[in-house]
Amino acid sequence: MKLRKLLVSIRDSAALRFWPLAVAVIALVAFPHVGGSFYVDLVLTTMILSIFALSLELLVGSTGLVSFGHAAFFGIAAYATALLSPSASAASLEWLLPAVLGITGLAAAVIGAFCLRTRGIYFIMVTLAFAQMVYFVFHDMKFAGGSDGRYLYVKPLLAIDGVTLLDLGNSRTFFYATLGCLVAVYALLAMIGRSRFGHALAGIRANEQRMRAAGFSTYSYKLAAFTLAGVLAGVAGFLHAVKDGFVNPEILAWHQSGTVLLMLILGGIGTLRGPVLGAFVFVLMKELFQSEALFGAFARHWQLPLGLAIIACVALMPNGVVALPTQLRRMRAPLPHAG
Amino acid sequence: MPAEILLEAIDVSRRFGGLLAVDRASLTLARGEVHALIGTNGAGKSTLVNVLSGEIAATGGRVRLAGRDVTRWPQPRRARAGLGRSYQRTTIFPRATVFENCRLTAQAHYQRAFALWSDATRCRDSTRVAEQAIEHAALSAQTHRIAGTLSHGQKRQLEIAMCLATAPDVLLLDEPLAGIGAEETDRMLALLASLAPGHAILLVEHDMDAVFRIADRITVMVNGTVIATGEPDAIRANADVQAAYLGEAWKAAETVGAET
Repeated sequence: MKLRKLLVSIRDSAALRFWPLAVAVIALVAFPHVGGSFYVDLVLTTMILSIFALSLELLVGSTGLVSFGHAAFFGIAAYATALLSPSASAASLEWLLPAVLGITGLAAAVIGAFCLRTRGIYFIMVTLAFAQMVYFVFHDMKFAGGSDGRYLYVKPLLAIDGVTLLDLGNSRTFFYATLGCLVAVYALLAMIGRSRFGHALAGIRANEQRMRAAGFSTYSYKLAAFTLAGVLAGVAGFLHAVKDGFVNPEILAWHQSGTVLLMLILGGIGTLRGPVLGAFVFVLMKELFQSEALFGAFARHWQLPLGLAIIACVALMPNGVVALPTQLRRMRAPLPHAG
Repeated sequence: MPAEILLEAIDVSRRFGGLLAVDRASLTLARGEVHALIGTNGAGKSTLVNVLSGEIAATGGRVRLAGRDVTRWPQPRRARAGLGRSYQRTTIFPRATVFENCRLTAQAHYQRAFALWSDATRCRDSTRVAEQAIEHAALSAQTHRIAGTLSHGQKRQLEIAMCLATAPDVLLLDEPLAGIGAEETDRMLALLASLAPGHAILLVEHDMDAVFRIADRITVMVNGTVIATGEPDAIRANADVQAAYLGEAWKAAETVGAET
């Protein structure tokens, strides 16, 4: 009996609950030392998309606001990064990043202030409409380079008194900077989940009217969540622009908003692991179906098998990859006997 | 009459397009009284409660809360100023525990939304207030149950406890007895009676037996207008009330007829 109690207490202890996260972080830290450059690049892409998906989780999962225009903030940040960087020398990170996130946050606050006047399906449509407006601003304005986009020739670095502390042009440094951002965003969202702000958002998701009756000005809460989600999407957009050294309007098109929603759905809504897993699953599936080594000429039609695979995933794992262990356990458990 | 008027509706009207749902209704709620609001379906009771709580705006008239004009205040501000309400349909958070349901509504007074580093469940103020509210509503034994698994009567009690956790002076209770059994009705009425001394309670209710047992005053609405306000005996004897609202069934049940 005592042993069993001990085992249960170990199983439920915080240290053990977090071991999958610790293993994941250690694996990511070690990865650049063991993986080939193609795979390191793939993991980098996935980490950036994970941050993007986590930022949307704050809206969809925590607050119950389904935004179909989240790519706008990813794209605004990416464009701001490219446009604010000088073309011949490296931008200094200490003002570039705050400026990019400030612009993105301001855009999110303004767009959110309008969108949050609507609810449900109207909210989905209005966020989409605003994102399309942002898309056409960058697509049709000369300064943004039109449909060709803009290049970011020299990557930003952080230097104090001439000593370079962080050069994002160095691919390994950039990998770890991205990993650091992912861990920081994850930790921030975990902290928010425990906080009064997070509990109030959960209440708003469950029953907004009841929260208003209790005395919560729910509009302000939703606007704060929308703005913060925009800023965090901006972190992903910034990293994306620095990684590729190139931005074009496609990164703020509605496909991008749809893709990030798909990652959430694949991974599982309502947890923080879900969006990260969803981003990994999505990128891996896309790579798999694009592989000519595996599919030959058919790899050109990768969208078709990818779409079918997503349909299969959603049908077989309605609560996402994150809920798969629970789902399997339930399937293996013997059916309860009648009577 | 008790002296301290906490909530006052002065000629409150609410129009929905061509329909005048509430037409110049006035009533007062004093601390220490249970004031019942009765009327047929569609008489405008719920609309009046929604206007008082700030859920919908008045199209005419004024609402005063503890002497202040709150007509233009949004609902959350009125709630923080001491106006609590419960709903006819149960509006608990079914996946959270009884405790978290109450703690969350109690948090409205201790929001500090920017204190992201502090754990909500360790907020001492909201925890203390929630525990008091749960105890007051006689739900202590259910504190750690998931709210969705409670019986219907317990859910109605929780609804009141969540309202109490916001530390209101005025309670607007929309049919707290809806759909609960006789024994649970007794328990709920005892709870309301215990709340009366410190609060002003507006009770919207269809159960006439319960209303006449507990109410200190009764206001009767018909077609959006208040046709009578008074003590239960006076309402019982009021000819307008009998004619307009209570009808034949009422007369049959009454031993003392107002008309002969």
